Amino acid sequence: MSIFVDESTRVVYQGLTGSQGRYYGLLNRDYGTQVVAGTNPRKAGTDVDGVPIFATVADAAAATGATVSCVFIPAPGVPGAVLEAAEAGMELVVVITEGVPAHDEAFLFNKLRRDHPDVRLLGPNCPGIISPGKCNIGITAGHIAEPGGPVGIVSRSGTLTYQALYELKQQQIGVTTCVGIGGDPVPGTTFVDCLAAFEADPETRAVMMIGEIGGSAEEEAADFIAGHMTKPVVAYVAGVTAPPGKKMGHAGAIVSGGKGTAAAKMEALTSAGARVGQNPTEAGELMVEIVASL
Amino acid sequence: MDLFEHQGKELFARYGLPVPTGEVAFSPDDAVAAASRLGLPVVVKAQVHTGGRGKAGGVKLAADLDAVRSHAAGILGLDISGHIVRRLWIEQASDIAEEYYASFTLDRSARKHLGMLSAEGGVDIETVAARDPDAIARIHIDPVNGLTQPACRQWVQAARIPGSVADVVADVLVTLYGAYVDADADLVEVNPLIVTSSEDVVLLDSKVTLDANSAFRHDDYAQYDATQTRDEREQAAHAKRLQYVGLDGSVGVIANGAGLAMSTVDVVNQVGGSPANFLDIGGGANAEVMAGALEVINNDPAVRAILINIFGGITRGEEIANGIIEATRRVDIDSPIVIRLDGTNAAEGRELLEPHLGGALMMEPTMLDAARRAVELAGAANGQVQP
Repeated sequence: MSIFVDESTRVVYQGLTGSQGRYYGLLNRDYGTQVVAGTNPRKAGTDVDGVPIFATVADAAAATGATVSCVFIPAPGVPGAVLEAAEAGMELVVVITEGVPAHDEAFLFNKLRRDHPDVRLLGPNCPGIISPGKCNIGITAGHIAEPGGPVGIVSRSGTLTYQALYELKQQQIGVTTCVGIGGDPVPGTTFVDCLAAFEADPETRAVMMIGEIGGSAEEEAADFIAGHMTKPVVAYVAGVTAPPGKKMGHAGAIVSGGKGTAAAKMEALTSAGARVGQNPTEAGELMVEIVASL
Repeated sequence: MDLFEHQGKELFARYGLPVPTGEVAFSPDDAVAAASRLGLPVVVKAQVHTGGRGKAGGVKLAADLDAVRSHAAGILGLDISGHIVRRLWIEQASDIAEEYYASFTLDRSARKHLGMLSAEGGVDIETVAARDPDAIARIHIDPVNGLTQPACRQWVQAARIPGSVADVVADVLVTLYGAYVDADADLVEVNPLIVTSSEDVVLLDSKVTLDANSAFRHDDYAQYDATQTRDEREQAAHAKRLQYVGLDGSVGVIANGAGLAMSTVDVVNQVGGSPANFLDIGGGANAEVMAGALEVINNDPAVRAILINIFGGITRGEEIANGIIEATRRVDIDSPIVIRLDGTNAAEGRELLEPHLGGALMMEPTMLDAARRAVELAGAANGQVQP
């Protein structure tokens, strides 16, 4: 099994007619994802390489049965696009777009929680979600992921996620689902959401978690691991040497007022019983050991 | 993006918030002219993107123009925690009866805005928090509902603000929250928020940090961007729209993706080296971006070796390879370059690079190998022998 998506997931791409949307939407289709529709109010009735374009997500859902949306709309249009998808009844909205203002994210999170509590938002500023061999939504290079199990991956960083998939594939270790939650200050889906889903998924038997400096999401994950996880967790946290007060590429990757350091996060995760690697390779090796002992 | 105090106050004033009248000055002559227009006494205040100005001697009261001149001359050029003072804010002196503290920021854990208010302002808020945590009243504000008048009044009461000014303070805070939201601020801090002896409420200081991601809906962000504190390397990288943070080591780092770039910096440290920078060439990086990144790193005189760590997802291997080849054609790269290339179309990328290897350009299969090699080369260039 996988979490959040599987081979039956039907996906509509908001922004499929743009260059990024088209490129990755069609790559996702090539991978085997059911890319059933795109939206663009000015291009309804046309198609992108055979994928029909609708004016709205509601139209696309009615015509194609899509239940998941993937957003490639530029940052200013993201709040509107997400709310449109939620109102159209999407179960999951995956926002790849980076550069969304933090206030918009905080607004969206609370608006969804109040008006659309059943809608899961993933991102913004995330690589998406892949259940290898079944479904790939977003910008992950599908061929670097080994299908199967027993490992679930959740990560704040795109390229470090690829790195983790790659290291596991080298060892022929399969992945049930790999969720990129994104590096922004208010992600729609958190480590805890994904850890809970992996804990409940019978095919996932170990979890790799990739964090970074800033905020307290890793500490909250540590609390969850200590209290609720029976499955082993391997963790890595990037940014040990990051200077305080500087945003390290991601809007959310900042140590401020002595809070959000990698050291504190690694300490919290270690205390919670997770095994923490000092670099991505070491984390990969720890996971290999754990998988061998399952 | 950090604002100077005066920029923050000018922003507050646009929302009708009460701030003292003042003028910017870049020289003692400017300061004296400003003070003559404003009327004495004035306060001469250093404008720097850091705290602790008062303790460092960067804020001085001047009763006459001679004092204005000597204070301005003394403060300009002052080094406050590594920030050299290049501009002053000359402001009409305020008559302070009470000092409060107020701030709004985003609480990432709660996913709501957080307001903090205390009747004990004018000192470092961490000091207040350590001495008496109950002296700070906190309020979580749902971004959908905003800060309502009744909630704000309760908050003001909880902060032990005296009843005589409570209503005025509450009105100011509702307006300040509106400014915080409207300006897309990461942080708005007023310390102190003062009450004068005639019971006027005035925002006597400002610390404002804006979210650069919101620039698309704020025309005024360009002017703040122009006054950010950046070293020469950071300025050059910023001009090329690169995500760059200067560090003080000798191994230049280029990676794609913030996480991988952070990780690369960490790994350089772990294998005994010291990174010169963090540089994320991001998604969609192409030959142009890669060439720009190499130029910025090459211009850093401390760099002895360059480590390029690319894992292709959004960025394809051929683009990276072409970028490196193009950049080595365009710039005379002074340092050896170690490349680690993997991911989407990595094989195609490696194939393109192959004929160019040897001499100053090398390739390593893994991140750790590449980091070790780069650190070794940087050490060798420093005349050190690595173990």
